[in-house]
Amino acid sequence: MAKKESTFLNMTLTLFVITALAGAALSFVYTLTKEPIDQAKAAKLKNAINVVVPGADKGEIEENSVAAVDGAGELTFYNVKVNGETLGTAVKTFSNNGFSGLIVVMVGFDSNGNIIDSNMLEHKETPGLGDKTDKKVSNWNEQFKGKNPSEFILKVKKDGGSVDAITAATITSRAYCDAIQRAYDTFMKNAAGQNTEEVDTDASDADNTETNEIVESNQKED
Amino acid sequence: MNNWKNFTKGFIKENPVFILLLGLCPTLGVTTSAINGLGMGLATTFVLVCANVVVALIKNLIPNKVRIPSFIVIIASFVTIIDLVMAAYVPALYEALGLFIPLIVVNCAVLGRAEAFASKNTVFSSLIDGLGMGLGFTFALTLLGAVRELLGSYALFGYKFIQTDGILVFVLAPGAFFGLAYLIALMKKLNK
Amino acid sequence: MEYILIIIAAVFVNNIVLAQFLGICPFLGVSGKVKTSVGMGGAVLFVMTIATIVTWLIMKFILIPFDIQYMQTIAYILVIASLVQMVEIVLKKVSPSLYQALGVFLPLITTNCAILGVAILVIQKEFILLESVIFAIGNAIGFTLAIVIFAGLREHLDKLPVPKGMKGAPAALVIAGILALAFMGFAGIV
Repeated sequence: MAKKESTFLNMTLTLFVITALAGAALSFVYTLTKEPIDQAKAAKLKNAINVVVPGADKGEIEENSVAAVDGAGELTFYNVKVNGETLGTAVKTFSNNGFSGLIVVMVGFDSNGNIIDSNMLEHKETPGLGDKTDKKVSNWNEQFKGKNPSEFILKVKKDGGSVDAITAATITSRAYCDAIQRAYDTFMKNAAGQNTEEVDTDASDADNTETNEIVESNQKED
Repeated sequence: MNNWKNFTKGFIKENPVFILLLGLCPTLGVTTSAINGLGMGLATTFVLVCANVVVALIKNLIPNKVRIPSFIVIIASFVTIIDLVMAAYVPALYEALGLFIPLIVVNCAVLGRAEAFASKNTVFSSLIDGLGMGLGFTFALTLLGAVRELLGSYALFGYKFIQTDGILVFVLAPGAFFGLAYLIALMKKLNK
Repeated sequence: MEYILIIIAAVFVNNIVLAQFLGICPFLGVSGKVKTSVGMGGAVLFVMTIATIVTWLIMKFILIPFDIQYMQTIAYILVIASLVQMVEIVLKKVSPSLYQALGVFLPLITTNCAILGVAILVIQKEFILLESVIFAIGNAIGFTLAIVIFAGLREHLDKLPVPKGMKGAPAALVIAGILALAFMGFAGIV
């Protein structure tokens, strides 16, 4: 088939040349596509944040990695500011207790710890059952909207909590609650130890006395 | 073989999936919906055509003993190219197809065509062969994807016909096997 | 303890063949007889484990430091192809009978998506080297389990009255589907 002799020199040379050319071609395509890829990733993240903290797509987002209070891993905090005012904080959280393992959830909190909204980001749960935690499939997670986890107990009703589990998908429902609880606990601990310049629009809310009292000069790292 | 026959053989007579039973991993793995099957098929077609053309172009420059590794590097390069391009311009589809995009490099249909055809034929016929086989592969994947999506989610290309859950087993692992089994039986019958 | 979980998950819950659809070609091609299947499983175990280690090291010490992760596919597949060549040479010397039995299927391990798949997965899952090795071994065991069970079933299939249109691949695939259904029962134990 080939007219070239299969000497050792020819073989190594051919392979080397082909790989070198391939490497060059790929390097070229890589530089071409690097920016669009980064942009696509950034857009995806911004969309996910915007779902749980509406208005984020017009604001600035500050990203921080924070250790979860239960030591289970790292959460990512996305502080959303519009015109210098904090709109809310989106937290990328997780739970290992999904039916098929790890689930990743994005939940948005306002400065009072109320859940603005939440959504499932990554999962391998069963289609038609556990995947109902995703807004694209059903509006099951609307029940978390606007609730404060200190009053709206993040456990399924079967376990004595306030959450309506998905029928036949209790495990996934529990995992979703677990993820949000982790985010809430870490968020509250983080907010208590940090200085905040949040302008509180709801002045009559008694819960805010703690955050209001934290003064700019009090730069305590948790 | 005349060009038309060369092109159409990939669809029914020598369909890589239904008749030759090649490339079954992505066939089973990504066909949870018609659009995924279509996307995967087109990506594979791109690699098939490019790889076939390049192999046919340089077939006389490659010593016989290193032809398989050489073909593999060529195929792997085009797989990486389509991988980067898809990540950049169709991120949602890219995520849906996931692991199976880099796995195009071990799709037996691709290496098989390079070895069986492109290394022994002209550039033009290799191009036609790649195109025909690739589109036949795309046809198979889109068909299986459509069947699984219709039965499993009562939807097609994302458009839901009935607002309830379908026969879920079809969008899960077993459904892939069952769907493919019956499609192969059907295709074999049509081929007679 | 965590390592046991990785193995259980790889063998049963996320079985490489029946749940992830990797390794289907050898799964359908070699499962004619139980004996050949065991041999294939062994060969896969060897190649998969070593390939995972080598590719992991390449990613960590070459691809990432030089920022050329886009060379992953090329580098990985070359490693796997070379490893399979080596296995062929070793097998010819050490166990010629097994070499004969596996025949043309041995070079086909190169295109076994399970091997490349696992090598890529351990990077995606961000495993450390030890976890990657355990994961590879677990998946190889899972592959062997699936292919041996399947071979056992297929050996019986020949004696059963299968409708003419379904003979061969279709009937085998239906059985594989039922096997996949059975393995779904393992979901949730980890």
